[in-house]
Amino acid sequence: MKHDDCAHIFELLSEYLDHELEPASCEQLENHLQDCPECVEFVQSLKRSRELCRQFGGSRQAAQLAPEAMAALRGAYQKMMARRAASR
Amino acid sequence: MKSDAQIAADLFTGDEAAFTEFVKAFHARLSQYSFLMCGQREDAEEVAQETLLKVFESIDQLRDPNRLRSWVFRIAKNECFMKRRKSIFAPKAELSLDDLKPARLGDGEGGRIDIADWSSLPDDLLLDAELRDAMAKAIQRLPETYRSVVLLRDVEELSTEETAEILEIGTDAVKTRLHRGRLALRQHLDRYLRSRKGGQAA
Repeated sequence: MKHDDCAHIFELLSEYLDHELEPASCEQLENHLQDCPECVEFVQSLKRSRELCRQFGGSRQAAQLAPEAMAALRGAYQKMMARRAASR
Repeated sequence: MKSDAQIAADLFTGDEAAFTEFVKAFHARLSQYSFLMCGQREDAEEVAQETLLKVFESIDQLRDPNRLRSWVFRIAKNECFMKRRKSIFAPKAELSLDDLKPARLGDGEGGRIDIADWSSLPDDLLLDAELRDAMAKAIQRLPETYRSVVLLRDVEELSTEETAEILEIGTDAVKTRLHRGRLALRQHLDRYLRSRKGGQAA
């Protein structure tokens, strides 16, 4: 990453992946990518890394709550419903 | 995925099924979020349960049901900070962009960048316990400033605005920290891929 262009687009990559870049910057970045296989390879790895985060979030295990914890939560929920009914 | 307003509306029906669904869904999310923030399983479980209790106790303060998820995660974030452990929250490190750029192999401008073979990764993270574990470790290694943003934006998939609201910072700060956090995470994973069998850089 010695080219000035590479360094410049390096700063914009997350906004590019999130479609948050201004159209002019986006066009400039895509033009650069057409001529720079190294940056393309880097963008792909960054994108894959973001995908892994999303998959990681989606693959969370639903842990079992202890019966006492569930009972405490149910009690708080019932009080919440009672407060809402009383305030009507 | 249900909208925030729909989740809130279902919860306010008072149905046992709505209660169970809400607790199940948010308990799983909050446990994972808290584990990655606090670094301790016991703390994470306490944070998740304490957050859910506070949600039921103070939901009257939620003014806009469209912001339910960010409101819940703001409570969880505050609970995590109360469990703050020096081992994982300190020191406060800053990530510099220069340190996150890949190195170039060889001399001169034409040198190839030094990057692992990312195509060796399985498509489905679920099938690979070792990769799941590496992901958790890579996220936990991020300095807290960046980890808090990466978790909300990329793991929980909340918007820039929601993340800003939860962390009580501006949207520009969210974007800056997200970019550095993502680059650092990519770098950790890149190193992991090189150490992984069959994942050597070409």
